[in-house]
Amino acid sequence: MGRDTFEDYIFPVVIFLLAIGAWEAFVRFYGIPPYMLPAPSAIAYTLYEDWGTLSRSLMVTLSTTFEALIAAIVGGVFLALSFRLWRPLERAFFPFAVVMQVTPIIAIAPLLLVYLSSGAAVLVCAFLVAFFPILANTALGLASADHNLVDLFVLYGASPWQQLAMLRLPSALPYFLGGLRIGGGLALIGAIVAEIAAGSAGSGSGLAFRIVESGFRLNIPRMFAALFLISVTGISIFLFFTGVSYLLLHRWHDSARGREP
Amino acid sequence: MGAERGLAGVEPAPSPEAAGPLVALRGVRKAFSSGTVALERLNLDVRDGEFLSLLGPSGCGKSTVLRLIAGLTSKTEGSIQWRGGQPSLGFVFQEPTLAPWSDVFANVWLPLRLRGVSRADAKVRIEEALAQVGLKGFEKAYPRELSGGMKMRVSIARALVMRPALLLLDEPFAALDEITRSRLNDDLLDLKAAFGATVVFVTHSVYESVYLSTRIAVMAARPGRIVADIPVDPSLARNEDFRLGAYYAERCRETSAALQLAMGGAEPLDPRHEVRRG
Repeated sequence: MGRDTFEDYIFPVVIFLLAIGAWEAFVRFYGIPPYMLPAPSAIAYTLYEDWGTLSRSLMVTLSTTFEALIAAIVGGVFLALSFRLWRPLERAFFPFAVVMQVTPIIAIAPLLLVYLSSGAAVLVCAFLVAFFPILANTALGLASADHNLVDLFVLYGASPWQQLAMLRLPSALPYFLGGLRIGGGLALIGAIVAEIAAGSAGSGSGLAFRIVESGFRLNIPRMFAALFLISVTGISIFLFFTGVSYLLLHRWHDSARGREP
Repeated sequence: MGAERGLAGVEPAPSPEAAGPLVALRGVRKAFSSGTVALERLNLDVRDGEFLSLLGPSGCGKSTVLRLIAGLTSKTEGSIQWRGGQPSLGFVFQEPTLAPWSDVFANVWLPLRLRGVSRADAKVRIEEALAQVGLKGFEKAYPRELSGGMKMRVSIARALVMRPALLLLDEPFAALDEITRSRLNDDLLDLKAAFGATVVFVTHSVYESVYLSTRIAVMAARPGRIVADIPVDPSLARNEDFRLGAYYAERCRETSAALQLAMGGAEPLDPRHEVRRG
């Protein structure tokens, strides 16, 4: 076993297990009731016991997150390309995107619930928060092509389409993937926030709704179990896009390559 | 790459003067939108088959001249006249300027690809260009896997794959170490002999310009203009003997003196580009 294997993998796992063990011991030693702080074992048991309900809620939240993310990718990339092709469009529409980004989603959600069905409102909330980082990063990437390479394309008579397809899109790829990693996490946050707003209004069945519902019933282990699933989902989304970034960039981009020691 | 590097083999066609220069810049002025005047009353002829170096201090407008010739920027005043229309051009930048997402093969293929040449049709020419810059077998390597010198070789191969009539090089070896730079100087002369292209080479190195060129145009700054036009004998083979010889030392001294004069604010030469020596 090399030093790197220990430092990179074994040490973090040991620390994680120690933290869980300490939590379990603390709850058991002081006899803390589950409605105040459930032990990790109680949460695991609830996960097992309530898996039917929780998994259905997980699928609802996942479905909202990925639908919103796909809409954000399509919308963000399309708008970034439009900005690139016709600059007045950027001046006209970018302020709207900024307004949507800087306004807290929790403040927009109740309004959306007035105008839309709860399902649609949750989807729009998740879309709104995931959209901006994808748009901003892609627009930045499209504008960041090496100027000398742009000159080279001009010198060799490249058409605007060739310049876009063979230069600007590959240049934008690392930026887009960075936006995707941020947007993926934000889509989940947007979905959860909107579900909480919708849940408090009496509808919805995603994981956030389960948290709200469990809170009302003082079923704290189930709250933790739902929270655990949300965390795992967020981590999985991040790891998935990190993996996609690595696959697409590791041969040529510094962000996906380790530095030689 | 041959050991005896002469520039005589790429002398101009029988009567280039009668036909006129390949490209002639007359009274060219270039002012940027910031108000900076980069070039003023610049006159320059580029003749068939020559290796012309543009030598001058940083900021004197050497690169701007090259970009004007390439059509990458527009002049404010004056004229740029091509004899018989603009020929095919190759351009090598100070940085290798490779697409990092493409392997060596795809980078060299780029100019052909932009003209609609398929990968299969371009294969022979790409392999030939890579062999000529000493990179045979590196087709699948990515730019970040190459050294600085190798990246610059890819950049040169990309410029040569179009078989350009005029090769424009903008301080291509400035960022390289002395050994790599010296080797690439020799390789560039070999490639010029093989391809027979006319070369315009931007540099701020007196020694490099004398070693490579058949003619050196010295530029002064603020605003940029040509202040000396120094011929270098193309019949002498370029090798270590050349570097150690009295002729090389004399041309270096002469060019260095012209450069010193240019940095002191010399007046422009008349349009006939007479040689100012010493």
